[in-house]
Amino acid sequence: MKIHEKIIVLFLWMCSSITVLTTALIIWILVKESVAFFEHVSIIDFLTDLEWTPLFSAKKYGILPLLTGTLLCTLISIFVALPIGISIAFYLSEYAPDRLRSILKPTLEILAAIPTVVYGFFALTVVTPFLKDFIPGLNTFNAFSAGLVMGIMIIPMISSLCEDAIRAVPDSLRQASYSMGSTVFQTSFKVLLPAASSGIIVSIILAVSRALGETMIVSIAAGQQPNLTLNPFETVETITSYIVQVSMGDVPQGSIEFQTIFAAGLTLFIFTFFLNNLSHLIRRKYQEKYE
Amino acid sequence: MSQNESSISFDFTDRAKKVKLEAIGAHVYYDDNHVLKDINMIVRENTITALIGPSGCGKSTFLRLFNRMNDYIDSFQLSGQVLIDSQDIYERNVNVENLRKNVGMVFQKPNPFPKSIFENVAFGMRIRGISKKTELEGIVEDALKNAVLWDEVKDRLQKPALSLSGGQQQRLCIARVLAVKPTVLLMDEPASALDPIATAKIEELINVLKEQYTILIVTHNMQQASRISDKTAFFYQGQLIEYEATRDIFINPRKDLTERYITGRFG
Repeated sequence: MKIHEKIIVLFLWMCSSITVLTTALIIWILVKESVAFFEHVSIIDFLTDLEWTPLFSAKKYGILPLLTGTLLCTLISIFVALPIGISIAFYLSEYAPDRLRSILKPTLEILAAIPTVVYGFFALTVVTPFLKDFIPGLNTFNAFSAGLVMGIMIIPMISSLCEDAIRAVPDSLRQASYSMGSTVFQTSFKVLLPAASSGIIVSIILAVSRALGETMIVSIAAGQQPNLTLNPFETVETITSYIVQVSMGDVPQGSIEFQTIFAAGLTLFIFTFFLNNLSHLIRRKYQEKYE
Repeated sequence: MSQNESSISFDFTDRAKKVKLEAIGAHVYYDDNHVLKDINMIVRENTITALIGPSGCGKSTFLRLFNRMNDYIDSFQLSGQVLIDSQDIYERNVNVENLRKNVGMVFQKPNPFPKSIFENVAFGMRIRGISKKTELEGIVEDALKNAVLWDEVKDRLQKPALSLSGGQQQRLCIARVLAVKPTVLLMDEPASALDPIATAKIEELINVLKEQYTILIVTHNMQQASRISDKTAFFYQGQLIEYEATRDIFINPRKDLTERYITGRFG
């Protein structure tokens, strides 16, 4: 190999190693700061205490209120995004004529291009006031609006991944189904849905992972009040919005209050890390099946 | 027209049998591509008809006319008539789902659903709203017996269909079709992906099925055509060149082109 080619290869290698290095550094800092945090707070308290008040004078460090807030918003968003996303996927893949599809798909992807801060204000200033007419006692900041709008944001992700999974089902199965006298609907839901199920599950997992980590919408629309509740109409705080709250505030670096965000961040990271790996695992198994 | 008139002949020995399938002046186009040219053909009930010819001659397209599977190709256009039991199946009011219940199809590559053996055979009933377990069990057992697969799978009906061998999968696909009680079977090279032993089993099965079904079979295998079929139709470049009793086609073809094809000099 000539010397300038070697330099190019080295350069490309460095580019790719930057991403790996960044990830490793982030994990290292998360763990390091969390270890410092857990020298002050026992892990048992962290996991079992029902209150999260590190910024008050009576400090409590129970992650559960943040965790339920996060899960509540995520759950609502998936409930919205999943049925709509899958329906869109089947429509695009099995029903829509090619021309319509070529218009619909890019339009749908615009949803994914809207900045999340816009979604957040949309939830707070449009959706919540609208819902207040129907739901008495709805808080101005609530998990429901945030989850709803987050669901809309996630729809293109689910529909696009599901559509890929449905299209990847071999055409011979469609032919078999149609030749047995199935309608398009029966073919979609009795043959393609089960055959594409692993791909669809992967899309759900990635969507959950995305929703868990979503920050802007929940910070703006769900509120910043740690609240151990499953009532979607109340104000909650998610892990991500807590991290924003502390980062933006005047908490001194190195203090225990500051370290809480690393412990919270690590918790979130463990969740999304696990989910992403799960989806890789399922995807690998699923690809083997068709090859 | 003169060419076509001479290429149609009626098998007088078989006149007693009812006309089941009929193509009258059928032309098929894919955009500007004229893939079937003025096909006139009569197929009688409970016979096996082999469709032979080189790749791209239009025999598979012809086969798929009878269950309207060409409809899924956007550029597909048909003129002329295609009749089953004297009924034009391309008329507006024809229910395609019911048509396909009556006209089953077996594909070149076995294509069982990624479901259990039982659910594969039950599929046709399930999509027609039959879900009573006892009823399904009876039909599934009958269909598997008719496809000569029952003894091999009766102890593992809940196992995935994809765990079967290629030949078994193909017989499963035949059972799946038989379960909805069609009267016509379309087979598109059903044994070309199978080993000789599995092929022999499929051929044996086709011979038995003839008692109850009208069978059209596309094949590239001349021996297979001569072994199993009553009549043979030779297609070339979208035309039906010769359509005779199989014996006559293979022993005494009228057309030079037919003779050259069946003796393997082209195609």
